[in-house]
Amino acid sequence: MSSFRQDVETAIPALRRYARALTRNAETADDLVQDTLVRALRSEHLFHGGEIRSWLFTILTNLNRNRLRSLARRPIAKSLADEDAPDLAGPEAGQRDIERALALLVDEQRHALLLVVLEGLSYREVAEVQAVPIGTVMSRLARARAQIKAYLDGERPALRRVK
Amino acid sequence: MTVDNTPVTPDELHALVDGELPADRQQAVNEWLAAHPEDAALVAGWRAQADAIRTHYGAVADEKVPDRLSIENVMRNGGRGWRSIAAAAAVAAVMAFSVGGIAGWMARGASASAPTDVESFGNDALAAHRLYIGEVRHPIEVGATEAHLLPWLSRRIGTQIRAPELEKFDLKLLGGRLLPGMHGPAALFMYESATGERVTLYCSKLNAERTGFRYNANEKFAAVQWIEGGYGYVVSGPAEKMRLKQIARSSYEQLENRAPPPPANKATFIDQLMSRVDRKG
Repeated sequence: MSSFRQDVETAIPALRRYARALTRNAETADDLVQDTLVRALRSEHLFHGGEIRSWLFTILTNLNRNRLRSLARRPIAKSLADEDAPDLAGPEAGQRDIERALALLVDEQRHALLLVVLEGLSYREVAEVQAVPIGTVMSRLARARAQIKAYLDGERPALRRVK
Repeated sequence: MTVDNTPVTPDELHALVDGELPADRQQAVNEWLAAHPEDAALVAGWRAQADAIRTHYGAVADEKVPDRLSIENVMRNGGRGWRSIAAAAAVAAVMAFSVGGIAGWMARGASASAPTDVESFGNDALAAHRLYIGEVRHPIEVGATEAHLLPWLSRRIGTQIRAPELEKFDLKLLGGRLLPGMHGPAALFMYESATGERVTLYCSKLNAERTGFRYNANEKFAAVQWIEGGYGYVVSGPAEKMRLKQIARSSYEQLENRAPPPPANKATFIDQLMSRVDRKG
């Protein structure tokens, strides 16, 4: 096996982890990884050295953005489903908190935060993945963290405040 | 090493947490945190968030990689073989029941136990919607212009079905496809607006009592579901409640061959349909 393919293969577990955190769904996550691998292997000739891992994260991040776009062509302001989801209580609630908090983030913020804290990419690498300046990555991180904190501190979206 | 004593910025606090802080600022930032407990708490909170994320998802990387993701399989199949319609429908079915997707939201208000047939039906319809609206090149199997579309789907699902006319909602019928369903084949009609918004109508046999409209939504999309004459119908689209209900009502009227009610009664008509669910408990 060529070293390119070996490098791609080595990255698969991390790609699956990132995709799982992005989609919160094992099947969808692996679909994303598969699409990422297909594109990467097809584009081997386009890869001119550098960090393969960042390149794979870039592909996956873009594919995920396409996926989300195809799911929601218009921005939707509120989540009706969460309105009466009973799972704020119960034994799993604590464990799910971080998952729910992540779900509330804007996609770009979620991408940035997960690439940094879960995948350990540097700010520079994330800036490359997202094709934005480092300053933008940092403000995405800051906003993501502030929003997660607000959520964990008990500030629910407006709908939840209705008792 | 020189120590830079300029005031600490919020960016530097993030950089500290993420291991991106330049060495010559470490000391200044640490001193700052010692003197500013609020900032120290903030940093501790961010670290806790990061730990929670790593704890929650870290184990995924230790899982055995599924065969379909092995380099050999991806090379061999080019990621295409598994995309056959049957496989896609299977994926859709799994998606519908997986945590974190739209699982269970159809079941809201119902018991927390296994979904009933009606709920599963709604989940199947939504999974199909979700899967195929994302298809750019092949959203449908048979185009609207092909004469055999309706006879074919009618024959396969076992009832005379027509594709409702939804032009007044700026929705044009693209065509349809056949899918495996819980109680037999299901028909899926796909509509598209000028701006690319997609709405689907899913129909299949469903052995359940007649119901009025049920509306379900999450942040990405919504569905209106009803059962009539041993068949279940689900209209899925963007989560705009009034619009989707109007589309569903129009579809219902056309499918049931009913004359639309006079405009003045529009609200009442919907209310009657909606209240049927309530009365049934």
